[in-house]
Amino acid sequence: MDLGYWLPLFFAGAMGLALLIYVVLDGYDLGIGLLLPFADEDEKDVMVAAIGPFWDANETWIVLGVGILLIAFPQAHGLVLTSLYLPVTLMLMGLILRGVSFDFRVKAGDKHKAKWNMLFAVGSLIASVSQGWMLGAFVTGLTGDATNTLFAFLIALALPALYIMLGASWLLIKTEGALFKKAVHWGRLAVLPMGAFLLLISIATPLVSATIAEKWFTLPNAIGLMPIPIATGLAYAGLIWVFNSNRILHNGYGWLAFLSLIVMCVLASIGLAYSLFPDIVLGRLSIWEAASATESLLFTFWGTVITLPMILCYTFFIYRVFRGKATDLSYE
Amino acid sequence: MEFDPFLLARLQFAANISFHILFPTITIGLCWVLFYFRLRYTFSGDKAWEYAYFFWVKIFALSFALGVVSGITMSFQFGTNWPGFMERAGNIAGPLLGYEVLTAFFLEASFLGIMLFGKNRVSNRLHLVSCALVAVGTSFSAFWILSLNSWMQTPTGFRLEDGVFFVDSWWEAIFNPSFPYRLAHMLNASLLTAAFLIMGVSAWRARRQVDGPATWKVMRTGALMAAVLAPLQVWIGDLHGLNTLEHQPAKIAAMEGIWETEKGAPLTLFGFPDEEAKTNHMAITIPHGASLILTHDWNGEIQGLNEFGDDIPPVAPVFWSFRVMVGVGMLMVLVGWWAAWRLFRRRDENRDNQIWLLRALSVMTFSGWVAVLAGWYVTEIGRQPWIVSGLLRTSEVVADHSSATVMGTLFGYVLLYAFLLVSYIAALRYMATKPARSLTLTPQQRAMKAERIDDESAQGEA
Repeated sequence: MDLGYWLPLFFAGAMGLALLIYVVLDGYDLGIGLLLPFADEDEKDVMVAAIGPFWDANETWIVLGVGILLIAFPQAHGLVLTSLYLPVTLMLMGLILRGVSFDFRVKAGDKHKAKWNMLFAVGSLIASVSQGWMLGAFVTGLTGDATNTLFAFLIALALPALYIMLGASWLLIKTEGALFKKAVHWGRLAVLPMGAFLLLISIATPLVSATIAEKWFTLPNAIGLMPIPIATGLAYAGLIWVFNSNRILHNGYGWLAFLSLIVMCVLASIGLAYSLFPDIVLGRLSIWEAASATESLLFTFWGTVITLPMILCYTFFIYRVFRGKATDLSYE
Repeated sequence: MEFDPFLLARLQFAANISFHILFPTITIGLCWVLFYFRLRYTFSGDKAWEYAYFFWVKIFALSFALGVVSGITMSFQFGTNWPGFMERAGNIAGPLLGYEVLTAFFLEASFLGIMLFGKNRVSNRLHLVSCALVAVGTSFSAFWILSLNSWMQTPTGFRLEDGVFFVDSWWEAIFNPSFPYRLAHMLNASLLTAAFLIMGVSAWRARRQVDGPATWKVMRTGALMAAVLAPLQVWIGDLHGLNTLEHQPAKIAAMEGIWETEKGAPLTLFGFPDEEAKTNHMAITIPHGASLILTHDWNGEIQGLNEFGDDIPPVAPVFWSFRVMVGVGMLMVLVGWWAAWRLFRRRDENRDNQIWLLRALSVMTFSGWVAVLAGWYVTEIGRQPWIVSGLLRTSEVVADHSSATVMGTLFGYVLLYAFLLVSYIAALRYMATKPARSLTLTPQQRAMKAERIDDESAQGEA
């Protein structure tokens, strides 16, 4: 077996998986940050309690994603991150602000709480928009001309919409009563804009990138790809249906909305992976050109196959421990 | 005025890592202290230890959050500001960082949830295990990152092909010559930082008469730690210094301000290094001192900065940082011993009898931070102009950004960090004065005599 061929492939897959998990998991807690200003004071506490035990570990997935980029594809790591200098810096400042606000809001004293709530929302917004910007710039090969910038701008707006939907859906699982009703309301408001963005991006992607257009619309691949948009459409329809069916919502099946969103994210990642492969920077660098030495990859490979399943197991365990409706966050 | 983008990039990295290291330094040590509080409570049933745990776990959570978010910044900065480092040394640096994420970050971040909020959701035993796992995670994290840092200081186990590093032996790369010393020095520094933090906050509470049942117990725990670990740190530091002399003599020459190679080199206690004139002004020296300390020989030869041509670190910052670190370290030894002697003798918990000690401990609250930052400045600035000692120059790996870009983001970071640091200390003060629900376990009691708080009164107040 040719390790020099398979190991970069393995790490490209692992990186994709880490970033997918990041988008879903940190997506819902960033989304809750975005929704925070629309809740009243007590509801804010419950919303934060709904993400309290999880956000730290959620955020670690982006460190793993970027970590794999750095470990396995050092050539790409430098190119990607220097090109994305500005959005990365903004995202980091956003993540810093929201991460610390989470703790400061309950520890700095009541008279400062409103300020930290505000910074929590602002930080979440900066981080989400910057991530969309980064994704948009990355998908178009980091070229930064006018069309691509416009495309990046489009994704910069779309990603927060997705995060809001994830946040609202997470609240369906973790809350009850008035806040639950609010979450339904927020979801209903955001679901159409999110769908519109999704459609716009799907149309714009092949337009901004000839490479991707070719990959999408050449026969017979185009037929093989059809299940992706169809399944995405179905999942989206399911999402709308869940949010509009009181019967589903009030019988405790609200988690179906979150599931639909996961399905959509998975499908989008598959589509994205297909569009980029075998490049790690579209049209500029393939995963094999960017990969580090095989012996280094092999050393990390063993660590990854041992620890990653363990990480997934205890992540599952943590979610089990904190299952059910969110209760007051208490250290005692 | 045009600033050198290279210098700005270094300043930006220095600002980020200086801010970041403050919090892991606290959490690595504090986490083991918390585990100890939990153990004491589990075995003794003494509510005071549980109270101590709940009081300090809040400060831990806040410190941890600051460490996590500033740490994420670090992982990105390698790429945004120093892309050449990963392109050249990525084969070695990458896996070490990868193992840190895989074995440490997820472990600590995941079980932190249970440690903080899981008290009523899991058994006491599992909660205890979670605390231990978070503590193990923070220490694993230190293990990998210090291994990488040490490899950059004393690289081994590699070969160079066309300027790119390839690994020959992982064992030699990970356990490179300076690693054991640096790891021991840093872990011990974390425990000491935590010791002075818990003593300082407890002393502040005792002085303000808001002390709860655990205040003096916590203070004694810190005093015992400091009394044992501070002298231990002096010894580890000496060993580390000898290791540096062997592998990075230029750094030692800068630390000691030795310009010319000489036998029986004097120890400069104080002075102003002058790089132009290659001398120290107004130097106060102990004859033969440096030779005695570094070579353990009265007339031992010490290499001066003249041996290394232009490849020498900036002398004054290294020289000064070293004196600050050693000075604070010595103060920690003295205060640690004083505190242990005062607090364990007759267990005197009267505020007025102990007022001078309490004042001293309050002043020393963040002494660990000062020593740790100074120590890192010595070792990191002392490595310059290299990013990988003797093999790769820092200037070769810097990203090509305009100075305006780097200046702008640097300004943003510094502003943000200053704001967060002020907020952190303010929050600590606030929590120390009004530690939320935990304090209602018992009324505020000055000079608590009773070792155990009976359950009835605790429930009555809750």
